[in-house]
Amino acid sequence: MGGNQTPLAYDYTVARLFLYATILFGIIGMTIGVFIAFQMAFPELNYLFGEYGTFSRLRPIHTNGVAFGFTVSGIFATWYYVGQRVLKVSMAESPFLMVVGKLHFAVYILTILLAVVTLFAGITTSKEYAELEWPLDLLVVVFWVLWGVSIFGLIGIRRERTLYISIWYYIATFLAVAMLFLFNNMAVPTALVSGHGDWYHSVSWYAGTNDALVQWWYGHNAVAFVFTTPIVAMIYYFLPKESGQAVYSYKLSLLSFWGLMFVYLWAGGHHLIYSTVPDWMQTMGSVFSIVLILPSWGSAINMLLTMKGEWNQLQSNPLIKFMVLGSTFYMLSTLEGPIQAIKSVNALAHFTDWIPGHVHDGTLGWVGFMIIASMYHMTPRLFKRELYSKSLMETQFWLQTIGIVLYFSSMWIAGITQGMMWRATDEFGNLSYSFIDTVVVLHPYYTVRAIGGLLYLTGIFIWAYNIYKTITDGRKLEDKELNVNRSPMSAN
Amino acid sequence: MFHWLEERPFFFAVGVFTVVSFAGLIEILPNFAEASRPTVGTKPYSTLELAGRHVYIADSCNACHSQLIRPFKSETDRYGMYSLSGEYAYDRPFLWGSKRAGPDLHRVGAYRTTDWHENHMWEPVSVVPGSIMPAYKHMFSNQADIETAYAEAVTVNKVFNVPYNTNITMRDGSTANVKLPATYDEAKADVLAEAKIIASGMKNQDVKDAVERGEIPQIVALIAYLNSLK
Repeated sequence: MGGNQTPLAYDYTVARLFLYATILFGIIGMTIGVFIAFQMAFPELNYLFGEYGTFSRLRPIHTNGVAFGFTVSGIFATWYYVGQRVLKVSMAESPFLMVVGKLHFAVYILTILLAVVTLFAGITTSKEYAELEWPLDLLVVVFWVLWGVSIFGLIGIRRERTLYISIWYYIATFLAVAMLFLFNNMAVPTALVSGHGDWYHSVSWYAGTNDALVQWWYGHNAVAFVFTTPIVAMIYYFLPKESGQAVYSYKLSLLSFWGLMFVYLWAGGHHLIYSTVPDWMQTMGSVFSIVLILPSWGSAINMLLTMKGEWNQLQSNPLIKFMVLGSTFYMLSTLEGPIQAIKSVNALAHFTDWIPGHVHDGTLGWVGFMIIASMYHMTPRLFKRELYSKSLMETQFWLQTIGIVLYFSSMWIAGITQGMMWRATDEFGNLSYSFIDTVVVLHPYYTVRAIGGLLYLTGIFIWAYNIYKTITDGRKLEDKELNVNRSPMSAN
Repeated sequence: MFHWLEERPFFFAVGVFTVVSFAGLIEILPNFAEASRPTVGTKPYSTLELAGRHVYIADSCNACHSQLIRPFKSETDRYGMYSLSGEYAYDRPFLWGSKRAGPDLHRVGAYRTTDWHENHMWEPVSVVPGSIMPAYKHMFSNQADIETAYAEAVTVNKVFNVPYNTNITMRDGSTANVKLPATYDEAKADVLAEAKIIASGMKNQDVKDAVERGEIPQIVALIAYLNSLK
């Protein structure tokens, strides 16, 4: 099969739309993130926008904006690019799939914009990463199903019979998120039952400890299937493409994929250590978190070894820099997580700033860098233009790398300081510090963290500018100039 | 076997789904019957308390405050008795939080007063110098949504058999009975009576006047909720 001699003309209409969305939500989500980071250092900033501008009101908009705006847009953008290429079929061949793709984008954008508005208004279920109320949940189901139709539709008309590794990960993302999302968001709309009150209000199907259990089974695995599997799908496509190197080991890919699928879901319990869920579940969460290092590092090592013999590209190509460092941050983050899941470490780390520190070395370093690099790789192919500036990419890379280092190092210190102070006692066994002592002491670290975030955000603006200039002013490229591995980029 | 799967998307997807579902089946399902039983002395939230809980949720208080006291001496010294599963039997959703930018609140009703909360929500640094918590002055003028709270109470009573209008044995052997009237108008009267008790402990004249007029400012509902956390 796959014996088509003339190159296929892929249709990137939907990929371009999602690329714009990725940049837009990246800017919105991260700007709010930096703002709330400054609020923790300088609380006066809470009063700029009345009740809509407090840390507590903005925090869900930040998390939803970067997870379901920036990251999910990035996942969809890469799907509408990678999917066609590895399945060797163009979306232009199926008018039906084109309609599905555009509808997918339209419903998605509508949902995210409504999410922003409702969260500003304080309409939330309070469950982390599942804050949206039931009418929006239904919209999420609609665009997710449309994505599923797109995935399996394209697979159905494929020319390449064997599914490439990236496709495995997109399928896994689709299935697992569907399952997790449905179960965790089960709720009863109160107006339907009682005939009173706001029509959009609902109450969770689960109570107390059960609710916590389902929520963290979901919350942890949203991390797995939004921040991990689709990003692994990206690196398995874009790193070999950009570098011109074959994936180091098929067997390692297999082990990592099936290992990750089996192990990840068990680890949710590590969010509930020393809580009121049964002890055996906490222990399972802890143990499986440690086991999780294997498949996680498997993928990361497979990617690093793909660069074997070609490390000079790290110096010459900023896209390779982003992807290799992304992989490295993935290793850091997937080692740090299991360490925090060890019961005695968790006793210290839980509820402290070490946790957001951990989340951000994963999201900024791994997810962010991979999406940035993927969009950079796609842009010349989507618009047939040369990337506007290599030197801006270099500047962006270093600003953001410094930003991430400031972010996680300050949060490590803050978290451990906080944890130690909460438990410190004097010689008679009395608590040494009141709670407010443990807040005041963190001011310098909160400041450093906010500056780190600001550096990263500056990089995001540079990225947006660079892509904008590529689309408008980049040198036009012939088809043969695009038929290369290394993305065409202008040296200035 | 893997090559075979990689050429057959349907079976591949079934394989992935099977492997992924395992953990949920084994870890989550068996717990459900066990954990949802209330401990002695745990009673449902009143309509006013539920309205306050909605205020707590709308402003994402749980972004900075936990409601989960872990079984360590350093935590029980600071916050009181460690949390028990059954105490959350009527918490939909649970509000354990995942980050303590501020202290735990699971038993805040046991050691803070209406008066303290009033001052603290108006201007946190006036009671806790150095606090980084924002003031929530809008809660003193915005109205609580009593009707939605009532809707929720009716719903959990109907759908999940939450025991309203039922005698519940408390820890000291006395009985409590949380009322849920059959009509919203009756419920409003009950809520107002409860709100007046809270308002009587407050100093803000605007809030007191509002309650006299039959309105329920958000702060009154929120304090009722916080006072119920013991």
